[in-house]
Amino acid sequence: MRNPALLPARIWMGMFFAAPLAIICCYGFLTRGDYGGVERPWTFENFARLIDPLYAAVVWRSIWIAGAATAFCVILGFPLALFIARAGKHAGLYLQLVLLPFWTSFLIRTYAWIFLLRDTGLVNSALESLGVIRSPLPLLYNDGAVLIGLVYNFLPFFVLPAYATIERLDPALLEAAADLGARPLSTLFRVTIPVSAPGIVAGAVLVFVPCFGAYLTPDLLGGGKSVMIGNLIQNQFTTARDWPFGSAASMLLMFASALLLAWLMRSRIGRELM
Amino acid sequence: MPAVLELRDLVKDFTGQRAVDHVSLSLETGGFYSLLGPSGCGKTTTLRMIGGFETPTSGEVLLDGANVNALKPYERDVSTVFQNYALFPHLTAFENVCFGLREKGVGDRENRAMRALDMVELASKRDRRPAQLSGGEKQRVALARSLVLEPKLLLLDEPLAALDPKLRKQMRAELKAMQRKTGITFLFVTHDQEEALSLSDKLAVMNTGRIEQFGAPEDVYLRPRTAFVAGFLGAINWFGKAGVRPESTRVCREEPSGVPCRRAAVESSLFLGSCVHINAVLEDGGRATAEMAREQNHFREGEAVWLYWEHCDELRFDEHRPQ
Repeated sequence: MRNPALLPARIWMGMFFAAPLAIICCYGFLTRGDYGGVERPWTFENFARLIDPLYAAVVWRSIWIAGAATAFCVILGFPLALFIARAGKHAGLYLQLVLLPFWTSFLIRTYAWIFLLRDTGLVNSALESLGVIRSPLPLLYNDGAVLIGLVYNFLPFFVLPAYATIERLDPALLEAAADLGARPLSTLFRVTIPVSAPGIVAGAVLVFVPCFGAYLTPDLLGGGKSVMIGNLIQNQFTTARDWPFGSAASMLLMFASALLLAWLMRSRIGRELM
Repeated sequence: MPAVLELRDLVKDFTGQRAVDHVSLSLETGGFYSLLGPSGCGKTTTLRMIGGFETPTSGEVLLDGANVNALKPYERDVSTVFQNYALFPHLTAFENVCFGLREKGVGDRENRAMRALDMVELASKRDRRPAQLSGGEKQRVALARSLVLEPKLLLLDEPLAALDPKLRKQMRAELKAMQRKTGITFLFVTHDQEEALSLSDKLAVMNTGRIEQFGAPEDVYLRPRTAFVAGFLGAINWFGKAGVRPESTRVCREEPSGVPCRRAAVESSLFLGSCVHINAVLEDGGRATAEMAREQNHFREGEAVWLYWEHCDELRFDEHRPQ
C-alpha cells in the first residue's frame, strides 16, 4: 500500500463496487434456482438467451428510445446552452434554473409527469375546457411519454458540458468568421458547433448511457407497455425470479455503456476533454 | 484618387471612458500604415471600429469614400489578422484559407487557396491543423487566410507580439515584402516603435485616444510635434526644455566651446555590441544617456564629464516635458 490515505477509498470501492460487480458477474454464469437465487452448474446459457429475438428486440428498443431521447436533448439543449453561454452576468442564474429540478427527487419529478399527461391530467383537461378536443388524448403509458420523461430528466446532463465548452470558445474565432464574410448562421454551423463538438458529444454520451439503462421512467410513464432493458432486468430479479438471466442482461448493459465511454475517451474528442 | 480609408472625427466611449477621442485619418491605396501607441491608447479600438467589431459613438468610417458605419464585419471589404491569429482549430491550414473564399462565394477556391499558401511558403503544411503549427506558421496561415480574399484594406492587430524576438524580425521583413507584392493597403497596429518605424510608409502615433502625429517615420522621429511622440519614438534626454536624442548627445572630458553643454558624472557604461551607452547623472539630478561608437568607450564610472550637443539636434516643444 503506497499511500495509506487511500485505504478507506480502496475498502469502499472493494466492498461496494468490485465485490457486487464480481457477484453479478458470477451469477450471470450460474443456473437459476427453483425459488429464486442461483445454483450450479456454471453455464453460458444466460448470455446465449440474450440473442433470442424476444430479448434482442428489447435491447434494440432501448437503443432506439435512448437514441431518440439523446437526439431531443441535443436539439433542445444546444440552443439552451448557447443562450446561457451568451447571457453574460445572468449565466449563473440560468444554470441554477437548469439544475433546480435536481432539488426534488427523481421519483417525484417523474410522478409529476403522470399528473400532467394522464387522461384527467392538466394537459388533457386544459385542452378539453378550451374545446380543442372532446375525448382525452392518449398522452400517458406509451413511448412518447417515456421519451418526454427521459428528455426532461436528463436534459441538464447535456446542457452542462455543452455550456462549458461553448463558454470557453474564443470570441475571436467568431469575430474571425464574421471578418471572413460568414453571417451569424454560417458562423454557428461552421465554427461554433464544430469547435464545441467535444462538449456536445460528451453531453450526448452522458444522456445516452443512463437513458439506455433507464427503468423507473419507462416503468412509471410507459405503464409496463414500453419495456426497456432496465425493466427486463428488474423483472428478472423480482417477478420472474431468474437472477442469472438478470445478471447476464446487466453485464450486457454495463459492457455496452463501457464500450461507448471507451470510444469517447480514445477519440480526439475525449483527448480534448481530458 | 479617393482615400481607401478615411476616419472622420471618430469617437468611442466605453461606459464613461473615452477610448478613442476625435480621430481623423486618411490612408491612400497601396501603402503600409501603422497605428503606434502604448497599450490602452485606443489603437486597437480604432482598428476594431474599422473592422466593424465596435460601433463608433460618433464620427464616420469611410471605405473608398462610402460610409460603412452601419455595415457588419461580414459586409465590409476589409480583413483582420488577429493578435492571437484566431485560426479555426478544427480546420487544416488549407481549410482555414478556404473559409472566407467559400463564405464570399468565390470560384476556383482550391487554386486560390493553394496560391495563397504558396505565397506564405506553407504549401507543404496545408493539411496540418493549427495545433500542429508553430507560432510563425500560424501567423502566416492567418495572413494567407486574409490576403486570399484580396481585401481593400488589411488590418493587423499586433500580429508579431506573440512571436519570439528573432522570428519577429524575420516576419517583419516578410510582412513588408507581402504588402509590396500584393499592393493591398496594410494598417498595422503595434506598441513597438521599432516595428512601426521600420515597416511604415506613414505612421500615426496615438496617445490617450488621440492621434498626436501622423507622418513618414523619418519626419515623426526627427521632428516630433509633441513631447509624448519624442519620448515614445525612441529615448530622449531632457536638458531643461530641450530634448536631445541619445545618438545626438556626446561626451567629453574638457569643457566644449560654442555648443550647449552640461556637467555630468558617468554612472555606468553599457556595452551593447554595436555601440556603447554612457549613462550619466546631471548636476540637477536628472539623467541622460549618450549613445557612442564602441572605440570611444574610455569613460570610467564616477568620472566627471561634459555632455554636449548641436543646436540643430534639439527638439523643442511648447508644452512641458512629461513626468
